[in-house]
Amino acid sequence: MSSTYETVAGIISDTADIPRDQITPDSHAIEDLGIDSLAFLDIAFAIDKAFGIKLPLEQWTQEVNEGKAPAEEYFVLKNLVAHIDALIAAKKA
Amino acid sequence: MRLEYFEMIDRVTELDRETKRIEVRSTVPMESPVFEGHFPGHPLVPGVLLTETMAQASGYLVLGLMDFTHMPFLMAVDKARFRTFVGPGTVLTVSAQLEHEGSGYAVTKAKIAVEGKAICDAELRFRIMPFPPGMDDLMRAQGRRIGLLETTDA
Repeated sequence: MSSTYETVAGIISDTADIPRDQITPDSHAIEDLGIDSLAFLDIAFAIDKAFGIKLPLEQWTQEVNEGKAPAEEYFVLKNLVAHIDALIAAKKA
Repeated sequence: MRLEYFEMIDRVTELDRETKRIEVRSTVPMESPVFEGHFPGHPLVPGVLLTETMAQASGYLVLGLMDFTHMPFLMAVDKARFRTFVGPGTVLTVSAQLEHEGSGYAVTKAKIAVEGKAICDAELRFRIMPFPPGMDDLMRAQGRRIGLLETTDA
C-alpha cells in the first residue's frame, strides 16, 4: 500500500490503541475497528497535522446523514486514504 | 473568579485575531467553599479548576474568532502540567493560542502564569457545534460581561 496508507494506519493504531496488524485497507473505522466519534476526531487532528490538510469532516458527515454518500466512502480506510491523497494533491496544485 | 459557579474568567484583556491568541485575567477569590475541602487549613485551587480556566479562555478565543456562530465544547485535555500551587487572592494571567482549526473541531494551547511565572499549561481540543437553542444569546451576555465583545468589536 501507499505511504499515505501506512501513515494513516499508524496514526489509527497509535491514537485508538489498536494493534497495527488488525488494521487493513478494507477496515471500516467504526464497524470493524470500533472507533468512536471522539477518537475519530483525534485521528482527524493527527492526519491534518501529518499531511498539512484539513479533512472536511463536517461536509462528509452531512453527506452521509443526508444519504448522498455511504459511510463506507469515508470510513473504509482505502477510501479515506484516497480522499487524503486527493486533498494533498489539491493542496500542491 | 466564582469557583462554585464555574465562572473562571474575570476579564478579557486582549483578543488578537491576527495571531489567534487571547489573554484574560482572573483573580482567585479569598474565600470559597471549594477551599473548605481542598484542603482543610491549606487552601489551593484544584488542578481541575485550573484546567477549566484554561478551557474557558480557549473557548472564548474560539467564540470570538468565530463571532459567536458556533459553540466550542471541551472534548480532550492533553499534556496538562501543574507546576506551582495557586492559593486564594492570586491574580492569574491566562492565555490561549489557536493551534489548529479543523473541520468541526479546534485545538488550542493554553497556559496560566502569575507575574510571568508559569503555573500550568495544557493542549486542549474542542468540538465545534451549532449552539443549542437559546444558548447563543446567553453566551453573548457572558461575552459582554467579561469584555470579550468589546474586544471583538474593537
